[in-house]
Amino acid sequence: MANPIINVENLAASYRKNTVLHDVDFKVNAGSLTAIVGPNGAGKSTLIKTMLDLHPALAGSVKFFGLPFTKAKKRIGYVPQRGSVDWEFPTDALDVVTMGLYGQIGWLKRPSAIHKKKAYEALEKMGMEEYASRQISQLSGGQQQRVFLARALVQNADLYFMDEPLAGVDAATERAIMTILQELKSIGKTVMVVHHDLQTVTDYFDHVLFLNRTIVEHGETGEIFTNKNIARTYGGSIRQMGDEHRHVVHTFE
Amino acid sequence: MWSILLNSNTGWVLLSTMTLGVAAGIVGCLTYWKRQNLMSDALSHATLPGVVISFLFIGEKNSILLLLGAAISALIGALLIQWITTSSRISEDSSMGMILSVFYGLGVMLLSIANKSAGGNQSGLNSFIYGQAASMVMSDVITMFLLALLVIFIMVIGFKEWKIYIFDPQFAKGIGLSLKGMNVFYTAVLVTTIVIGIQAVGVILMAAMMITPAVSARYWTHSFKIMVLLAAAFGGISGAVGTLISAIGSGLPTGAFIVLVASGLFFISLIFGKEKGILIHYLQFKMQQRVHLESTETLETEGGR
Repeated sequence: MANPIINVENLAASYRKNTVLHDVDFKVNAGSLTAIVGPNGAGKSTLIKTMLDLHPALAGSVKFFGLPFTKAKKRIGYVPQRGSVDWEFPTDALDVVTMGLYGQIGWLKRPSAIHKKKAYEALEKMGMEEYASRQISQLSGGQQQRVFLARALVQNADLYFMDEPLAGVDAATERAIMTILQELKSIGKTVMVVHHDLQTVTDYFDHVLFLNRTIVEHGETGEIFTNKNIARTYGGSIRQMGDEHRHVVHTFE
Repeated sequence: MWSILLNSNTGWVLLSTMTLGVAAGIVGCLTYWKRQNLMSDALSHATLPGVVISFLFIGEKNSILLLLGAAISALIGALLIQWITTSSRISEDSSMGMILSVFYGLGVMLLSIANKSAGGNQSGLNSFIYGQAASMVMSDVITMFLLALLVIFIMVIGFKEWKIYIFDPQFAKGIGLSLKGMNVFYTAVLVTTIVIGIQAVGVILMAAMMITPAVSARYWTHSFKIMVLLAAAFGGISGAVGTLISAIGSGLPTGAFIVLVASGLFFISLIFGKEKGILIHYLQFKMQQRVHLESTETLETEGGR
């Protein structure tokens, strides 16, 4: 691999008694757009959280741009799952986006008009400018997700991690988010996305990482996104539906 | 009444309970959004054994040492709550409930021992339970005033940090805010506010002084900044008015009146609150109903034509 900017070696993590991740090894090149796919409980969110030091690692090392997380965190943006915050919190969309600039503003300093303008531009980019002063509890799920993405955009990071940004959003939001992700990729940013919809993997992502407690397969979508690998990751519960890119996970056996 | 107000001692007590109310109102907004309202209640009850133990050790009522004992005891309570929550399957609110009752029971037991000891009966330790601002000497009042100002100062300069720490701690950590540091600061301001309040308000009612203004403020606004300012105002008003009432009738417990005033403000907010009040919800519903009726009537007349 020519220019790996993420280098994960032997990473392991657990919740209480259960080991969720073990022997996770992979490298990610700059400018790639990777989908992390796997069944529920495969450790997708845990992988991201462990890499970003939000969850303790049992073993292994994670390097970003050749540096440990604490030295590289200014260059990393994280979009958590929408459900990770309390949307009843009294604030508006613009204010949430401005939070993405807090690191740049500096601790104990007040955001200035320039920062508000930057935040507003990020909202515009996500097509959310009308909702700038809307109370966040009054936004729809898709709009909340776009606010989160706008907050990550203002950070102007080189590497982004997103935890299910397309979960439960409408078609318009999905399009808006994917346009932004493609744009980030086109200007050389690296993006890793926890993704649930296998049908859209080939359209949206150039790399895919199959995860089920450890890496099942990782590489270019065109080469490794095969039925065989999907079956290896999801176990026997996967069926092929019609053409080769349509897959569903059966909930009922 | 004016003679009481003009008495410089009462004036100071009034000023410091008002400042305490402001600090408690602001810190209360943090505990409200951390969903830890019971935490302030548990920690204020947990101060009691510390107060009595340090009295039993030094044998006299030295306020600074009593408050230090209270702070240590509350911190032990906080650590135990954290330890129980992380190392067992017991949920956070259950462990808060456990610590609250165990520490308070221990405190009351120790208090009865202290009251039997020489001089213990006249020590005024009982005022820690219900609060007695009038029993405070000048140095207590000034300590309370200065520490409350310090808490307010810490809350104001770090307002942006507090907001992101409360709203989205994981994101805050991602952009370089130390969660461990913030947790330490949070516990410190919480314990400080409680400890300086217990003498005037009492361990039982101290939590109400933190929770009620924040809950009342929530009914008026959708902005965190305004919520904090309103809670500060409600807390300040409750502190001052409650102290005034208890000073007029001599020997009345201060804490009870402060909490009654705070509850009065809560009822006003509950009914008239601009954003979430009962009245505004009712009026909005009625208006929507009328709009709906009118539109269906128009449709009917148009259809009949």
